[in-house]
Amino acid sequence: MLTNQEQLLSKIASNDGHGENSAFFDGWKAYDSDPYHPTQNPNGVIQMGLAENQLSMDLVEEWVRNNPQASICTPKGASQFKDIAIYQDYHGLPEFRNAVARFMEKVRGNRVRFDPDRIVMSGGATGAQETLAFCLADPGEALLVPTPYYPGNDRDLTWRTGIELIPVVCDSSNDFKFTRDALETAFNKAQESNTKVKGLLLNNPSNPLGTVLDREALSMAINFINDKNIHLICDEIYSATVFDEPGFISIAEILQESPQTNPELIHIIYSLSKDLGFPGFRVGILYSYNDAVVSCARKMSSFGLVSTQTQLLLASMLSDEEFLEKFLAESAARLCARRSMLCQGLAQMGVGSLKGSAGLYCWMDLRRLLKAATFEAEMELWRVIVNDVRINVSPGASFHCSEPGWFRVCFANMDDETMRVALGRISKLVMQSNKNSESRKPCRRRSKLEISLSFRRLDEIMMSPHSPMTSPLVRART
Amino acid sequence: MLGSQEHILSKIASNDGHGENSAFFDGWKAYDADPYHPTKNPNGVIQMGLAENQLSFDLVEEWVRNNPKASICTAEGASQFKDIAIFQDYHGLPEFRNAVARFMEKVRGDRVRFDPARIVMSGGATGAQETLTFCLADPGEALLVPTPYYPANDRDLTWRTGVELVPVICDSSNGFRMTRDALEAAYKAALESNTAVKGLLLNNPSNPLGTVLDREALSMALSFTNEKNIHLICDEIYSATVFAEPGFVSIAEVLAESPDANPDLVHIVYSLSKDLGFPGFRVGILYSYNDAVVCCARKMSSFGLVSTQTQRTLASMLADEEFTQEFLAQSAARLGARRAALCQGLAQMGVGSLEGSAGLYCWMDLRRLLKAATFEAEAELWRVIVDDARINVSPGASFHCAEPGWFRVCFANMDEETMRVALSRISKLVVQRKSGEAARKQCRRRSKLEISLSFRRLEEIMMSPHSPMTSPLVRTMT
Repeated sequence: MLTNQEQLLSKIASNDGHGENSAFFDGWKAYDSDPYHPTQNPNGVIQMGLAENQLSMDLVEEWVRNNPQASICTPKGASQFKDIAIYQDYHGLPEFRNAVARFMEKVRGNRVRFDPDRIVMSGGATGAQETLAFCLADPGEALLVPTPYYPGNDRDLTWRTGIELIPVVCDSSNDFKFTRDALETAFNKAQESNTKVKGLLLNNPSNPLGTVLDREALSMAINFINDKNIHLICDEIYSATVFDEPGFISIAEILQESPQTNPELIHIIYSLSKDLGFPGFRVGILYSYNDAVVSCARKMSSFGLVSTQTQLLLASMLSDEEFLEKFLAESAARLCARRSMLCQGLAQMGVGSLKGSAGLYCWMDLRRLLKAATFEAEMELWRVIVNDVRINVSPGASFHCSEPGWFRVCFANMDDETMRVALGRISKLVMQSNKNSESRKPCRRRSKLEISLSFRRLDEIMMSPHSPMTSPLVRART
Repeated sequence: MLGSQEHILSKIASNDGHGENSAFFDGWKAYDADPYHPTKNPNGVIQMGLAENQLSFDLVEEWVRNNPKASICTAEGASQFKDIAIFQDYHGLPEFRNAVARFMEKVRGDRVRFDPARIVMSGGATGAQETLTFCLADPGEALLVPTPYYPANDRDLTWRTGVELVPVICDSSNGFRMTRDALEAAYKAALESNTAVKGLLLNNPSNPLGTVLDREALSMALSFTNEKNIHLICDEIYSATVFAEPGFVSIAEVLAESPDANPDLVHIVYSLSKDLGFPGFRVGILYSYNDAVVCCARKMSSFGLVSTQTQRTLASMLADEEFTQEFLAQSAARLGARRAALCQGLAQMGVGSLEGSAGLYCWMDLRRLLKAATFEAEAELWRVIVDDARINVSPGASFHCAEPGWFRVCFANMDEETMRVALSRISKLVVQRKSGEAARKQCRRRSKLEISLSFRRLEEIMMSPHSPMTSPLVRTMT
């Protein structure tokens, strides 16, 4: 059906720019067709490929029940229904913009101020990224993006805009930090292919790494873009998922400390999808220090405004400072505990992960389980994880990682019991893999005894009273 | 500030494609700067340039109060908060898609069926129009659009897409109906300038005309697009604002009756902004009979999904057939009455309007008040209306009308008292214009007596017990 009609459709509609034909989505499909349920489908696929924050919704539900005036549907709020339903000003409800600005300040420990007039709405961060690309670059021009990066960037920034993404290659030799050399290399490469670079996109905290950028890295980025007179876009969507040191430093803080920086080159992308756990509400925010960009992006926001019903709810919620204080602290603590559970569980199997202090996922190192240090081997291992182990995780290749063997594993979209089941399954995989690689190794001067000892040790570790998987402190939840 | 930074922004950000520099917006600015209020600002500008349906909110508010389960914020609904807040599937809540399909069927008197699987969300109809354009045409290609048309088509269809609009000229000689000749002429003009035409966009019921297309016109459009193998996009956003005969005939009905038509070429744009009066909720709907378009548009909907909080409320509301039945009947009756009040009031001043059975506005004929049959004269008259009569109406030029002297006047966004104030201001203007004209006319063989008689007659008409402006039946509302 598609090919007959392709001639009737645009090039954009006929190409793969939407990104959904990547293998990345096969894991999703496997999950959708056979989702895990503790009782109804205990052998189903466990979803660990979705970066969602579901750990603190109880706090939100409590707030909602106690604040009926925040809704246009409660007896207390229904008299506002008409005014809210007809309000279509693309500046947004003033109370909404004020509350969002205030919330963003709070997340940054009140170390910076945000001007509500610079807050522009969009259809999720998805819409904010695309809008910014439309404002800053022409078709054929490019943005630099450090790898590994969020797969949706390809669709959001390039599909309908016609711009290109140029990877700034990072690797595990220095924990995937981007260097000035890597930036310069990418920039030069673009120049050599006659491609004009218009900006650098950073994601801080990083998806998929789970790390934050330090002051030095942010200053280096600001110097770089100033030198080249290109834009700096900072996607700070995970800003309130930081649960440990090193803490979060926003580009807004660095900008404040850098009087020689041209503020018109600086833009922040934000959303409530990760920090609060509200992806369904489609609250995308674009904050720019450039007046012309604010003005243009605001006009473009007509293509993706936030429902006023939702604006009202969030205006109320985000201006309740007591609630925010409590939520931000609890959410961080729960994310921390959950990540520890996952990473310690993995460590006990001999599986490492990149040390990180933020995010809803960890960057797991399965290089030792690869049959070869290739992406084909990574893909093969991934299929085993999805099809045999029945867990959806995201392979590094889908994040344009330059080294095979890394996988992003999400931990905040499930309960503790499911996490334990997942860890149990992963440990079986690791043991199986160790067994296979042992049997493939040429005979060495190790006794059989030692080999069976190491397996038994793994079993003991998994089943010991100290293992997170048997801890009586872990609450069982359906 | 803008000029010095233009080189670091995109072409799209630097051009006028957003359409807000048109004079059309001056009336808005005048209103924003000095809005009418019956007691606080009785000399302010009355807003009759905004096509909003505010006449039936009492019915909606009543429904909302009686249906607390439709909200995720009420005591009855808060337990759903989490599931709704985290639902981000771009297919939308199944109950939402089903309810929208059902509602669209109801509006068409159950004469057609809509498949919920073909319902795609967008950021308002604004987003639906842009998305459809991205799917159907490449930059430099064109869509045909009959004039006069909704001004924002320029922004929605061309700004970020790079597509062009080619006008299909219609005029008052036949009530602004589009003819086969006009379609062919536009198509040919495009070909001659080497522009590939990819589709025809119809707005039915029409904004700004307030008329519906009859079966003959729709069949003619379907034949035309089939022959040229181009797309037919029908924006049916005002479908439930039809209040009299001739009634609404949807392209869906004509398609169902035309087995020779290629359904892959037919697409409907819809929204709840006009029929229900919910522009703030940003509920845009794209319905396509082309599988590839549904598929592609759905992927693009990530840029502008409907908030799940809003999907939840509307799924419930639109599935309540008793409510929708009553609402549709009441809304139509109130719109009919309000339009009659406006048009009869105008008629009594000797001001005509195009006969129509739909919409939230009427197409007012002020050609006789123009100093010359030119658009400069129309702009002059418009400034007098905004600045002196203190009413914001929309001049025909902003709708790309081929003839000067027509103005769109909205009637559904105010109460009856405000309508009466507006009518009396218009009558003063008409009287002034005519007396000015009479004074400018060369002295003819008419006695002074006759001249003063005709003025007195106008005043008598305005103040007679039969005038809508003095009727005791008119309810006073603040």
